[in-house]
Amino acid sequence: MKSLGSIRRSFAPWSDPASKPFISFKNVTKTFGDFVAVDNLSLDIFTREFFALLGASGCGKSTLLRMLAGFEQPSSGEIILDGQSLAGIPPYKRPVNMMFQSYALFPHMTVESNVAFGLKQDGMPKADIAERVDQMLKLVKLDKFAKRKPHQLSGGQRQRVALARSIAKRPKVLLLDEPLGALDKKLREETQFELMDLQQQLGLTFVVVTHDQEEAMTMADRIAVMAHGKVIQVATPPEIYEAPNSRFVADFIGDVNIFDGTVSAVSDGFVRIETEGGLSIKVASQETPAVGGKAGFAVRPEKIRVGNTQPACAPLNAAQGVVWDIGYLGDMTVFHVKLGDGRVVKASSLNAVRLVEDPIGYDQDVWVWFDENAGVVLRD
Amino acid sequence: MQRWSRFNILSLVFGFAFLYLPIVLLVIFSFNESKLVTVWSGFSIKWYVQLFQNQGLIDAAWVTFRVALLSATCATVLGTLAALAITRYTRFRGRMLFSGMIYAPLVMPEVITGLSLLLLFVAIGFDRGFWTLTLAHITFTMCFVAVVVQSRLMSFDRSIEEAAMDLGATPVTTFMKITLPVIAPAVFSGWVLALTLSLDDLVISSFTSGPGATTLPMKIYSQVRLGVTPEINAVCTILIGIVAFGVLIASIVSRRAEAQRVKDERAAFGH
Repeated sequence: MKSLGSIRRSFAPWSDPASKPFISFKNVTKTFGDFVAVDNLSLDIFTREFFALLGASGCGKSTLLRMLAGFEQPSSGEIILDGQSLAGIPPYKRPVNMMFQSYALFPHMTVESNVAFGLKQDGMPKADIAERVDQMLKLVKLDKFAKRKPHQLSGGQRQRVALARSIAKRPKVLLLDEPLGALDKKLREETQFELMDLQQQLGLTFVVVTHDQEEAMTMADRIAVMAHGKVIQVATPPEIYEAPNSRFVADFIGDVNIFDGTVSAVSDGFVRIETEGGLSIKVASQETPAVGGKAGFAVRPEKIRVGNTQPACAPLNAAQGVVWDIGYLGDMTVFHVKLGDGRVVKASSLNAVRLVEDPIGYDQDVWVWFDENAGVVLRD
Repeated sequence: MQRWSRFNILSLVFGFAFLYLPIVLLVIFSFNESKLVTVWSGFSIKWYVQLFQNQGLIDAAWVTFRVALLSATCATVLGTLAALAITRYTRFRGRMLFSGMIYAPLVMPEVITGLSLLLLFVAIGFDRGFWTLTLAHITFTMCFVAVVVQSRLMSFDRSIEEAAMDLGATPVTTFMKITLPVIAPAVFSGWVLALTLSLDDLVISSFTSGPGATTLPMKIYSQVRLGVTPEINAVCTILIGIVAFGVLIASIVSRRAEAQRVKDERAAFGH
């Protein structure tokens, strides 16, 4: 059997121009009165993809999901699933199933009947239903709880019932609305990996809505970062993290230091930016911003190094400052270094050895520096 | 535990006496040997026996129960539909007016309801009798059902209906298999409430019934005008028993259902 890794590594239909999208949002807009929940949005999702819609609450991600499920109709635009327009098709005729944020288990039915409900609607023979239900409950390790009612289960168990119920019909697409939101941290992390395994096993297309960036980064093949009803960037987790296309994405995903300045030179795949605080930045970039114009530079804390001695690259990509705050997290330490102009730079270093010979302390004068390919140029 | 002061005990006793002494007296005197309502002369159930030989009263009781069952059932269907309309379709034109009009009969003097129904039946030439009586009872009990069911629907989590539809259930199936079972206790207590209201009613019935459709309260009232007999006491005792039983059942059912619902929802929605 192939490992999940080898499957996932070679899976990239979005970069193949010949592959046809399985789900297409085409210029979809949804308004509620004056409020624009989804704003002229286009998006392609491919077969067997684990796709995450990531954004703060109110960004339109849930509305998008509900339009796919059929609970909301687009105000304009079109949604295409497997080559067929979904316009006017009611939720009960769509080949998609949804796992609700609240789980929405039927309180008056047992676990078994909850899972069997969808199959009964399809008029499946009784024996087949029993077999499928049994199979589903084994899959989510709840076969011992078949006769229980939802209120007799723990939060994690209810989440599994909801999952079993939503995949029992073998839908073409499974929609998951904040699937792990109500679980505690440890259970959430376990369940993330279980969901990924399940998705590979069943070969389904998953579309998950979440506000938790870690969750999206862990599980998804691709992430769409959304804000104000628009998609800001669609990319794989590493691309989103390492090459955010905008200030919003850089700031939304993970921690970041953003320096604003004036472009002083653009040549040979390098961009030079001078900040008002006197920092000279030289960054490897394919971007070609206008010389003399404004640009930003985003660099992640773990790519900034802190030390007592002047780095070789100075005065480029380096600055002097004072250690302002130290956050010791065990696996790593976060330094807040105050530069000469008063701005605070966040830098984190991995605590790879147990004893540090030359520890950096409070109020100490230090250098911070980074490599030429440590960050990205932001043009907005 | 709070201590009971003498004042508390006294006010409790007076309060209950004020409410229930007349009823207790009525019940006691229904077992009186003597024909005189106010003089106790020994225990007897002869008035109950005699009661079951009084064809007029039995006919009236029969009419009353038929009207009550039929009108309560119709009122439950209509009231539930009205409650659904008000809670579900929050954006239709004239919703405020509609929900206001649902509540109006609750506070409308019965005389006015009765009179207006009478005028309507006369105007359209509907002969008064069993059917007019039933229609009138449906009209005034329906709003009580609507209120009871509506308060349940307010706290109903609609995502379970969406889940049902998502799993392939049509709106009708969703209603029958999901919505109705979950709100059933409220619907049932609405039905019991409608039933007891219909059993009790005198004013509206007097306006809207016709010959051959005399209800028990009407019969009792007309007999009392000729003088109170222990027989009437016996009828009243039975009626009190039925109504008290109904109210008791309804409150137990709704309390249990409420407790169960809170438990289930807390469980099912993980709060």
